[in-house]
Amino acid sequence: MLRFLLNRVLQGAVLILIVSMIGFFVINLAPGGPLSQYAMTPGMSQADLDRIAAQMGLDRPLPVQYLDWLGNMLIGDWGNSYRDQSPVLDVVWRHMWATLLLMGTSTVISVALGTLVGVLGALKRYSIFDYMATVGAMIALSIPTFWFGLVAIFIFALELGWLPAGSMYTVGDQSLGDYLIHLIMPSIVLALVNVAIWSRYMRAATLDVIDQDYVRTAKAKGLPHLRVVSAHIVRNALIPMITLAGLQLPTIIGGALVTETVFTWPGLGRLFIDSLGYNDYPVIMGLLMFSAILTVIGNFLADVGVALADPRIRLG
Amino acid sequence: MSAISDAPARRPSPLRVFTGPRMRKFMRHRLAMLGLIMIVGLTLTCFFGPYLLPYDELYIDLRARFSPPLTENHILGTDPLGRDIAARLFSAGQISLTVGFTAMVLSTLIGTVIGLVAGYFGGWTRTGLMRIVDAFLSFPSIFLMLTLAAFLQPSPTMITLIIAVTSWMEVARIVEAEVRGQASRDFTAAARMIGAPHWWIMLREILPNVTGPIIVAATLTVARAILLEAYISFLGYGIQPPLPSWGNMLNNAQQYLESAPWLAIVPGVAITMAVTSFNFIGDGLRDALDARSVK
Amino acid sequence: MTTPSSSTTDPVLSVRDLTIRFKARGRETPVVHGIDFDIHGGETLALVGESGSGKSVTSFALMRLLPDARHCTIEGQVNIGGVNLLELTERKMTSVRGPKIAMIFQEPLTSLNPVHRVGDQIAEAIRYHRKMTRAQIRDRVLELLTLVGIPDPERRMSAYPGAMSGGMRQRVVIAMALALEPDLLIADEPTTALDVTVQAQILELLRDIQNRTGMAMLFITHDFGVVAEIADRVMVMYSGRIVEEGRLEDVLTQPRMPYTQGLLSSVPRLEDAGLRTGALGTIEGFVPTAGNLPDGCSFHPRCPHARPGVCDTAMPALEPHGRPDHPVRCLRIEDIAASDMEDLSV
Repeated sequence: MLRFLLNRVLQGAVLILIVSMIGFFVINLAPGGPLSQYAMTPGMSQADLDRIAAQMGLDRPLPVQYLDWLGNMLIGDWGNSYRDQSPVLDVVWRHMWATLLLMGTSTVISVALGTLVGVLGALKRYSIFDYMATVGAMIALSIPTFWFGLVAIFIFALELGWLPAGSMYTVGDQSLGDYLIHLIMPSIVLALVNVAIWSRYMRAATLDVIDQDYVRTAKAKGLPHLRVVSAHIVRNALIPMITLAGLQLPTIIGGALVTETVFTWPGLGRLFIDSLGYNDYPVIMGLLMFSAILTVIGNFLADVGVALADPRIRLG
Repeated sequence: MSAISDAPARRPSPLRVFTGPRMRKFMRHRLAMLGLIMIVGLTLTCFFGPYLLPYDELYIDLRARFSPPLTENHILGTDPLGRDIAARLFSAGQISLTVGFTAMVLSTLIGTVIGLVAGYFGGWTRTGLMRIVDAFLSFPSIFLMLTLAAFLQPSPTMITLIIAVTSWMEVARIVEAEVRGQASRDFTAAARMIGAPHWWIMLREILPNVTGPIIVAATLTVARAILLEAYISFLGYGIQPPLPSWGNMLNNAQQYLESAPWLAIVPGVAITMAVTSFNFIGDGLRDALDARSVK
Repeated sequence: MTTPSSSTTDPVLSVRDLTIRFKARGRETPVVHGIDFDIHGGETLALVGESGSGKSVTSFALMRLLPDARHCTIEGQVNIGGVNLLELTERKMTSVRGPKIAMIFQEPLTSLNPVHRVGDQIAEAIRYHRKMTRAQIRDRVLELLTLVGIPDPERRMSAYPGAMSGGMRQRVVIAMALALEPDLLIADEPTTALDVTVQAQILELLRDIQNRTGMAMLFITHDFGVVAEIADRVMVMYSGRIVEEGRLEDVLTQPRMPYTQGLLSSVPRLEDAGLRTGALGTIEGFVPTAGNLPDGCSFHPRCPHARPGVCDTAMPALEPHGRPDHPVRCLRIEDIAASDMEDLSV
């Protein structure tokens, strides 16, 4: 178990390293490079640009720059944003909570709904419900998240006026209820794809469990149907789903990016799009790193979660 | 085990998958047939529809701005510059479908080669390559894709390359798993004994046996590539106007959502239809070709 | 709900005309053809047959653990305490499973849920049927674990199944089945998957518990060696029908149906016990599948005594043929008995 976790940590480190290299070289080799922002400022001469480049250490060979950047990153110096000169880690930290709130809420919705749909589909296999759920999931997977967001805004904000069209709170209100109302649409929109994925996998996982001998034993004990389903079918089927939750993290983060854009949600996804628009290299680089670290942590937590949920792995 | 790998140890025809009981099974898959009809219809409309329309996709008519669908000859209405949406939708479709399809071909090629090499040689080659695959798979590739798209020339070719480069991992993983089983089989050993070179064994002996899973993965990759193009273009880093794509038609639709909702609805329906079709077809092909999923 | 019976008390379980059909691709295939039997308190009835004979299907039908009506139909009567279980709703049935009938299974390794502690899995059975406090349930679980001979029950109750041997797990399954003091225990090949020594221990345990509780037991097995150890009465099943029924000694020493004779002669351990002599035999051929039964007696293609024109024409009935407590399903029973006499006299 310990070996396995250690292996996972190592794997995560490799991922972070690969992402950092790709990101760093793409950004630095792109036309204009990190200086393109300054180059657009009126009155900048080539001499000025060279001077800035020298100041920032951009005249050195790229691998040297990379190692320098990597060393700084490891000690917590992720550079400063070009936009407001504040440290990248601060900027990321400020935007992180909005994203975690959105992702968290959406994950709760998708796990709850996906589990329900998946388990019911498996219990009533080949029924009308199962068929509808299967087709529905395939269609849900085919709808672009941002478009689903636009349609939702059109219907529920513009036509019906039930929910706000975007942002995280009403300026001047900021009560808990106000936050919740703003949270409803983006979290449901973000949940759509994940409900579809989760319900499909949950259906398969339930079908794997449903014919197990211990389920038959549980029925033979005279347990009520609901108890058999909850304690002996769903409980066991959820174990492989924990790993899946870790694997789905990239999808959720990617989905959060577009959802935040559509709903002007002040999180990391919007920050990323804005930073791309400003050529804010340190922040872009920081966000690439941060999302890689987040997935590594997520997968690690999933492994720990599986071990906690399954005595065969914990004690084996 | 897969029925495909259970085939007798003679060299099977790569076209075998298109005949016989599997094809019949696919035809019985109602969703897959629906998907096939939808995507053929959509493709034909996109490529031949423009000839039937009185406007081309770049014709600007400022007097006819924001016409709702079914005004005069504008079946689907007009955009903020008075351009005909139907015309734009069709030529956008040509681009989006082409990008999706080409990206699929490229990423399937990359994935197949990497999967073949990793699965065939095994050992450190396999460990190294599959580690990279795992790394890519566990990363939200949209970040990488956007970074690449933002810093490289966003031509359709470049967007296609970017999508291909960031979505070959699934295929690689599938091919690797299939090949690992194949590499130890009798006909492979026989071929090796008569001194056949590695590339020959990979191409002639192993590849034909893994076509089924590759076709399934490729179909689903088209769906994903179309979606990805839409995402990138919607965010403004994909296909650049005035060239239309389904994604960039939605790009500024949000600001007109209240006054001209059809701007947002029409391209979105097209994307959803195209992606759904490929997902349906992929599902049917999986049932027909991938024996592991038959339970 | 009484039927004429040799015993003075009412039977615990009374099965009448039980017929089970499996449905597949629009076709119904009967797998159990109208069987009848009774079991009385304190009695062990062994249901013996090769795999595919329908014995396990029968036991699952009694518990109503077969797939739902879309996949199979069950007809007839399964009476316990004057109630036909086949007419109960699924909800009512849950209050029968446990206190009325309990069951132990063939595969001790997979019969327990690997993610719950064994103590909790036993407690769970009690919790849903009895109004007992947490402490009372805990005491009961300890008592049960002690009863089934698990050493150090205090520690074992918080172990997971994965940490136990097959024999220990089977003891846990038995403890679970006994938790609600059932009137009838169905044991579906409970020792088949175990080592011979463990097998003997488990049989001993079951016999011991039955002596103490007076419950009835339906013991399903293919192994006449086990039958000899545990049964009071024996029913032999072939292709979904009962082909011979009688008291243990009678069936073991004077088997009437050629099929039973074949089964007995293929059991080496009975030879050691001196119960039967002669060459160790086998039965040629295979059990026919449910959908492809031959005409006439189902056993005739494999029967050494089969006679064309007799055995392949009509299905014989289960009849006493002169011995009311030992009926048999064979048309040539008189001839065979006569030839056996000749064999013995030679």
